[in-house]
Amino acid sequence: MAGFREARGDLQLESVTKTFGDFTAVDDIDLTVPRGSFFALLGPSGCGKTTTLRMVAGLEQPTAGRVRIGDTDLTGSRPYERPVNTVFQSYALFPHLTIRDNVAFGPKRRKDKDAAQRADDALELVQMTAFAGRKPAQLSGGQQQRVALARALVNHPEVLLLDEPLGALDLKLRREMQVELKRIQTEVGLTFIHVTHDQEEAMTMADTVAVMNRGRIEQLGPPAELYDLPRTRFVANFLGQANTGVGTIEGRDGDHLVADVLGTKVKVLQGRSQVHDGEMLFGVRPEKVTVSRKQPDGVGNDVKGVVRDVSFLGVATSYLVDMPSGTTWSCYEQNLDVEPLDLRPGDEVWLTWNPGHAFGVPVEEATA
Amino acid sequence: MSALAHVAGDPAVSPAPPAPETKKRGWTAYLLLLPGVLWLGVFFILPLVQLASVSLQSRYPGFPGYYYRDLNFENYVSALTDYAPHFARSFLYAGLATFFAFVVAYPLAYAMAFKAGRWRNLMMICVIAPFFTSFILRTFAWSQILADEGPVATVLNFLHLLPGGNIINTPLAVVAGLTYNFLPFMVLPIYASLERADPRVIEAGGDLYANGFTTFRTITLPMSMPGVLAGTLLTFIPAAGDFVNMELLGPQQGKMVGNVINDQFLAVPGGYPVAAALSFTLMAAILVMVFLYVRRFGTEELV
Repeated sequence: MAGFREARGDLQLESVTKTFGDFTAVDDIDLTVPRGSFFALLGPSGCGKTTTLRMVAGLEQPTAGRVRIGDTDLTGSRPYERPVNTVFQSYALFPHLTIRDNVAFGPKRRKDKDAAQRADDALELVQMTAFAGRKPAQLSGGQQQRVALARALVNHPEVLLLDEPLGALDLKLRREMQVELKRIQTEVGLTFIHVTHDQEEAMTMADTVAVMNRGRIEQLGPPAELYDLPRTRFVANFLGQANTGVGTIEGRDGDHLVADVLGTKVKVLQGRSQVHDGEMLFGVRPEKVTVSRKQPDGVGNDVKGVVRDVSFLGVATSYLVDMPSGTTWSCYEQNLDVEPLDLRPGDEVWLTWNPGHAFGVPVEEATA
Repeated sequence: MSALAHVAGDPAVSPAPPAPETKKRGWTAYLLLLPGVLWLGVFFILPLVQLASVSLQSRYPGFPGYYYRDLNFENYVSALTDYAPHFARSFLYAGLATFFAFVVAYPLAYAMAFKAGRWRNLMMICVIAPFFTSFILRTFAWSQILADEGPVATVLNFLHLLPGGNIINTPLAVVAGLTYNFLPFMVLPIYASLERADPRVIEAGGDLYANGFTTFRTITLPMSMPGVLAGTLLTFIPAAGDFVNMELLGPQQGKMVGNVINDQFLAVPGGYPVAAALSFTLMAAILVMVFLYVRRFGTEELV
């Protein structure tokens, strides 16, 4: 038992699969989370992210594959034997215990003589010292959330699991807690694995984001990289917005692939496309597209459309433009010009972009 | 302090509703209370006052139901001295029955709440099913089950596990009958409190280094205490006043206080005042015990 609990190092999932009857919740995942990193598992509900988390906690056992921390194989061990703690989505505080006793619960089970002192320290870290004597039912959602965090952190787990911990909070509180969580993670230096369906939350907090869909990891990397260069259609659409069109690759021009998207010739750097012949889903992010009244010269990669809607947002203006292909593109222009464009719905505009920002992904979503 | 300091403050209390609405709501509440209050007044408070007055009259050794108009406390003295052993037996048997009912009911309720799966409803029906038959009939049935030639005594005698040779007409049979008859009142509240417990809270125990037994001892059991408290009260209170189980299953000598009250009212000429005094003493004793018990084990602020 002590052996499991002393495990130190990177968390590794090796070919982990979990099935419930006919349903495959997690499908052959390989994953390494470096020690001390803030890692986010991002995906829509039902994608298998919570099941993955529960297998790390030991609350579910994988159907196949292994879970390791460092050199210790945790597969098959019980939750209470693992150096892993969870912040549950609904907080799951013990209703019959005071806040202090809730936080001291873990240290007491581990026969820590300073359990009470450590609980007080943890409550101080999350600024809940004043509430130590209360019962969970007397706290608001945000306060309970902090206690749940303290109750897990007090054990100094090798890996801390957060299961949509901010899901029940309102937007303002959620923003504040995002900053707070990041601060605490930096302060204590533990491995955090954060499960969320909120792409903004994942991008703001995590060093590395793994995007999950239908039991598989679609793409893994730093948030900026995932946003800049998605490798699948799912990632392109799930992480931020993307203007896309299906095209056919017709040839090469130096480093670039040239594709025909419904009559418009577009270029994509070879290194930024996952497909190199046949059909390609071409994409470019809204803020990378420039809107102008006249056709720009020399750049290429331009297309004429009709403005459908203009939203002035202060720092920027957002345009919806109907394309000849029948799709609608979204463009996001910072309001830097002294003389604004003053576009109205119905105006014809030219959209252009730097081919270096475009990306190409397979048209079909990977079938699980 | 951090940007989050303001979280600590409780949200402002919502303003009180305007006065006219309060007044209107007050009237509705009284109207809704009226039938219940009338019923209790006529059929509970008045008889109680009547009984209190009877308990202070003097015995008239003639027909049952006759007594001298008087004001004496002899009946209470008699209740506390002559019938002290009956009170003791009542509380002992009721206490044992409550204990055994708890021992049987908790695992049953636990299994229903956490392990039964699709069998849960069937188990629930089995727990409630006895209520479809009369209490008296079920107790009669037990006198057959526990009879000397019945299955239980035969098997136990065959195994030489029954020193006295029989079960029927012993205190053991009374405790068995009480345990059986009040079991559903123990199972249902415990089941309700276990079933309401958030499974994530119990998982959290495992996540925080408590093994299965420790999780049960430190989390599941304390969380189900409101149910245990309700179940023990619902079992102990009626069991302490019961006379049917003693009448049908128990010995001729060494009755419970319920039997004495029953006899004094219905069989003993002029027994009304003593029966009334015994009833009041029993009620007071139970009230005191329940009060002390709830003070000791009450969990007033569980969700």
